[in-house]
Amino acid sequence: MESILVLTHADESGAALTKASLEAVTAGLELSSRLGAPLAIGIVAADVANLSKALPVAKILAVAGEAFAQARYATDAAACEALCRAANATIMLVAAGSRFARVAAGVAHRLGGAIDTHITAIGGSEAIEASRWFYRQRVEAVITRDARPWLLLLDAGTHAAYAGEAGNAPAELVAVDLPATRTTVSGTRAPQQDAQTIRPDAKLLLVAGAGWTKKQPDGQVHTSEAATLILGFLRATSASLGSSKSLVDQGGEGNSVLPFLTHMNQIGQTGATPRHAKGLSTCCHGEEPHVVGWRFIGERRAISLDANCGWARGKADVVYVADAFPVMAKVNELLTAAKG
Amino acid sequence: MPTPLHIVVCAGIVPDPLQTLEPTTTATGPGLKNEMVLPAVLDPWAACALYEAANLVAKNPGSKLWLVSLGPKAKLQQVMMTVAQKVAFELVPIDGPIGGFPDAHATAAALAEAIDGIAGLDKAKLLLFGGWESATRGAGVTLAIVGERLGITDQFEGVDQIELREDGSFEVLERIEGGRHQVSVCAGAPAVLGWATGNLSEPRNNPQIGMANMRTIMPALQKAKTAKLDANGLRYVSVSQPKQQRTTRVVKDMTPDEIAAELVEWIGAE
Repeated sequence: MESILVLTHADESGAALTKASLEAVTAGLELSSRLGAPLAIGIVAADVANLSKALPVAKILAVAGEAFAQARYATDAAACEALCRAANATIMLVAAGSRFARVAAGVAHRLGGAIDTHITAIGGSEAIEASRWFYRQRVEAVITRDARPWLLLLDAGTHAAYAGEAGNAPAELVAVDLPATRTTVSGTRAPQQDAQTIRPDAKLLLVAGAGWTKKQPDGQVHTSEAATLILGFLRATSASLGSSKSLVDQGGEGNSVLPFLTHMNQIGQTGATPRHAKGLSTCCHGEEPHVVGWRFIGERRAISLDANCGWARGKADVVYVADAFPVMAKVNELLTAAKG
Repeated sequence: MPTPLHIVVCAGIVPDPLQTLEPTTTATGPGLKNEMVLPAVLDPWAACALYEAANLVAKNPGSKLWLVSLGPKAKLQQVMMTVAQKVAFELVPIDGPIGGFPDAHATAAALAEAIDGIAGLDKAKLLLFGGWESATRGAGVTLAIVGERLGITDQFEGVDQIELREDGSFEVLERIEGGRHQVSVCAGAPAVLGWATGNLSEPRNNPQIGMANMRTIMPALQKAKTAKLDANGLRYVSVSQPKQQRTTRVVKDMTPDEIAAELVEWIGAE
C-alpha cells in the first residue's frame, strides 16, 4: 500500500507556506483520497509554529531552525532527507519552485529512490501514472515507476492552492544532522532594469520579438519608441513580459536593444514556459514563442506582419496582420483613457 | 592570485530545435522518428555552461576543461565538428543511447563513473558544470545526481553568473521566482553549477581551436566506453505529440485602431 508525503516550505517572509506548497497539498489530498493512502505533510522553515495550523492532515512533520530560513542545497537537502526518512512514505509530492527543484534529485538519490520532475498531472487506476513533457514541451508522456520512494516534483499552476479548512495537528519536529555549510546566502538581486517586468502571477503575458528593434518603414530603428510602448503596455495592464531569444541575444551582439530585457525574460527553447491565462505576441516570428513558450498559455493572440507565419497559424487563436507600433500605441492610448 | 580550476562540463546532444519531432516506439522503448538522422546540436543550456567554463579557464591560468558527453559515437562526432571550433576542451565521450527517454538516474551513474575515471582530475578543484535542464528530458535532475555521486554538496541551479574571488571562493547568482537571482557565496570548489543562459554570447568559430581539439577528440571517440542505461523500473504508459491545433483567425483587413479596440476588449474580458 502506498503512503504519501507532501514536501512544503515557507515563503520568504517565513510566515506562510509558498503558493506552490499549497498546490502540492491539494495534489496530495487528491491522491490520498483516490488511493485511500495515508497522507503526511512535511514543512521546511525557520519557524513552523503557525505554518502547520493551515494544513488539514493529521500528521505533520517539520524541520525548523535558522539554518532553514534560506534556500541552500546542503541544508535543504539534509532537511528533506530527514523528513522523507521520518515519514517513510512511498510517494513524495514535492512543491514546485527553485528551492526544492535544487535539492529534490539529490534527496531521491540519498534515499535510493527515483525522481521525476515537471509533473503536470497524476493519474492511473492500478498504478500511479504521472504526466510530463519532453523535448521542451513538444512531446507529452505518461510514465510510471516501480521504484520507491518515488519523488514527484510538481509543476507550478497544475493544481489549485489549498484554501480549505485548517487543521489542528501539531507539527512533529524532526531532527536533522546538519552538514558543515560552505555556502552563505546573502540575499536576492533583481536584474538592473527600470521596472520589474516578470510577473508570474499576471493574467496576461506580452511577448516581444526581435521585430521591435528592426528597421521600420522609414528605414530607421525605433528602439526607444518600442521600449516606451512596451513599458507603457506593461504599466497599463500589469502584464508579464516575455521575449524571444533572438531579441535578448541582440544585446550581446552589440545591436540596439530594449534596456529592460534580460535572459530572465526569455521564453522558449532556452527560456521559460510560463503559465498565463492570455498571451499577446508582438513582432515575433519563429518557433519559440508559439510552440515552446506558449504551450501553457490559455488564449493566444499575435500581431505579425507575416500573414503566412507558419508558427502562429494553428498555434494562436487570432493573428493580426499589422505593424505592432501603431497598434500598440493605440492600445496604450485606449487603456490609459479607460483608466481615467 | 588566480585559482586554477578543473571544470567538467556535462553536455548532451539534442535534435536541432527547428526539427519536427515525432515520437515512435523502438525496440528499447520510446524514441523519435528518424532520430539518428535528425540534425543534432549540443544541448543549448549546457552549451552556455561550456562557454562560461571556457571563459573561467581563460581567466585562471593552470585551469583545465573537460567536456563529458553521452550519446551514440557517430552523433557525438558530428556535433563535435562544430562545438570543437568554439572553445578548447578535452572530450570524454560515452557511447550510449540518444534522446530524452532513458532514465536520468542511469544517465547520471554513467556520467559520474566517467568523471571519476578522468586522469589528472583533482576533485578538490572540481567545478561540475552543465545545463540546469536539458532540451530532451528537461528534468533538471541529472547534474544534481552526478554531484551527489561525486560527494559534492554545494550545488547551484539556474546559474547566470559566477565571480571568482582571490581566496578561491566565488559568488554565484541563481535564478529564483519573480525574475530575481539568489546571491550566494561558496567557499570554493568542489561545487556543482547547473547553468541557465549565463551572460556570454556564443563564441565565433575558430578553425585553429577546432583543429587542436580534433586531434584529441577523434582518438577519444575511438576509445569511448559503452554505457548501457538501465530503465530502473521506469515505464512509459504513453508518448505522444500534443493534439492541440488551434483554428487561427487571420485578420488582414482591420486598421490599427480597430485592432487596438478589439485587443483592449479582449484584454479586459474575464
